[in-house]
Amino acid sequence: MLRVVGARLLDAVPTVLLVLTLVFVALRLLPGDPALVVLGEYATQDQLALFRRQMGLDLPLWQQYLAFLKGMLTFDFGTSMVSQMPVSQLIRENLPYTIELTLVATGLGVVVGIPMGVVAAVNRGRWPDMGARIYSLVGYAIPDFYLGALLLIGFALNLGWFPINGGGSGFLDRMYHVILPAITLATLKSAFLGRLTRTSMLEVLGRDYVRTARAKGAREPRVIFRHGLRNALLPVATGLGLSLLATLSGSVAIELVFNRPGIGEVLISAIAKRDYPVIQAGVVIFAFFVVVVNLGVDLVYALVDPRIRVKA
Amino acid sequence: MTTVDEPLLASDEPSFGVLRRMFSLERPGTIVAALVVLAFVVVAVLAPTIAPYDPLKQSYLKINTYPSADHWLGTDQFGRDVLSRLLFGARNSLIFGLLAPGIAAIVGTVLGVCAGYFGGVVDRIVSRIIDLLLSFPELLLAIMISAALDGGFWNVLLVLSIAFVPGFARVARATTLAVRQEPYIEASISVGLRTRTVILRHVVPNMASPVVVLATLWVASAIRLEASLSFLGLGTRPPAPSWGNIIRDALGNVFGSPWPIIGAGLAITIVVLSINVLGDALRDALDPDMP
Repeated sequence: MLRVVGARLLDAVPTVLLVLTLVFVALRLLPGDPALVVLGEYATQDQLALFRRQMGLDLPLWQQYLAFLKGMLTFDFGTSMVSQMPVSQLIRENLPYTIELTLVATGLGVVVGIPMGVVAAVNRGRWPDMGARIYSLVGYAIPDFYLGALLLIGFALNLGWFPINGGGSGFLDRMYHVILPAITLATLKSAFLGRLTRTSMLEVLGRDYVRTARAKGAREPRVIFRHGLRNALLPVATGLGLSLLATLSGSVAIELVFNRPGIGEVLISAIAKRDYPVIQAGVVIFAFFVVVVNLGVDLVYALVDPRIRVKA
Repeated sequence: MTTVDEPLLASDEPSFGVLRRMFSLERPGTIVAALVVLAFVVVAVLAPTIAPYDPLKQSYLKINTYPSADHWLGTDQFGRDVLSRLLFGARNSLIFGLLAPGIAAIVGTVLGVCAGYFGGVVDRIVSRIIDLLLSFPELLLAIMISAALDGGFWNVLLVLSIAFVPGFARVARATTLAVRQEPYIEASISVGLRTRTVILRHVVPNMASPVVVLATLWVASAIRLEASLSFLGLGTRPPAPSWGNIIRDALGNVFGSPWPIIGAGLAITIVVLSINVLGDALRDALDPDMP
């Protein structure tokens, strides 16, 4: 098992390097001189030169690249051009809200989606299955920000059951603030997980060992949960990793809808203000999450399925 | 899109059979979905003719009105007619929905076929980049690329196309690898056909159905992604109407009138739903075994 972990970790190194390089190249390809963007058209040549020296923009490209890599790998993201705050502080303050939203939404999605998939598979072709199919079709099609806006208008603005904006302070208040945004994301997630569980369950329920279990007289719940669901969960686990990332990217729009603090909100407002150090940090953090989640999925897979462990 | 359509007709399966299986009476939903998509295309094409008002014309005498006989969906905070903006927004969605998957299909197929056919270093580099890009959700990838670019038509098109290329490339590569093992490829190489001919005549036609299915499903994804980017302020620039930025504008004016949000969101949901239903039907009809 340790060998698998080591191999996967080593495998992630070039990925991280490639991502960082792409971010560096993309942001250097930007049209426009950052000094001019930040200081405005009326800055003197001296001011521009000073700014470039402070930001290290006058160095040769390879030195800038090395400085960039060093900064990213030590989590030193520089200073915001707009608020003059250290970017790492900005991230520290906002990241918990995004993680909180993603985790609560994932939890809700799993609690609703997997049972729905099981019920649909067991009642294949009957009305619970049809209902789940319609739910999935709508869940796949409805944009998360639209669903969020509808919930906001209905339950927060008109009924006044939930707060309109902000992230809250203290555990209970934060949970109160996260409910509506989390329900929004969880609806989409449960549509995906429900479909995935149904497909996987149907495949497993058709296997020989399920027929054997029934033949030897096992009760139906035991067949469904012990023999069916346990084996059907492996593809669902992979799908869960994928949908964790989808929820993370969905949280960007949801934070905007509910006016919630979070990394997505930080990134989007930085893009609007052309605050390059913050944009850079936001992009790298999202990329970091992608790499970590994929690594986690690989490891869980190796843990659950011994065949993969042998191959690696 | 024509490059994708041609080989489909050239395959041994008559295309009428595919259509007949798609629209069998056992699946009434498919017919409804097809009608919705047809209506969407007609509306998008005819938007300038059927829109009751100019989508950009502001009128400060009629701000935030609710639906009425004059304005079926009311007006927004600038007094613009919401229905007209929705109709023109359909045009915007249709353009991106067709162009982005189309471009991505061409670029992705070329990349995937090259990687699969030639193997070696080309394959390793292309595969590595595809794997990396595929590990990002499309929306996240699009947001990250948009962070480096400004909004606007061409940049949005570029961002959407890049987000879709890796999926096509992977399918094209896998299909090429499978086809490459077939005896008829060996035969065509040994009778002395040029590499270009082998690829164009024998390899590419075989990937028609998976690529067509993928492209259909991604028309819906492209419409959704464009709406998301425009909602985030990274896509179509106001005042040009897009279903995404209509919702963005209206959310800032949510106490004025909720109708633009309701209308634009319903439009996205219904169109995306219908295209997905059509795509599923097409997939089942073309190849029942495909995952």
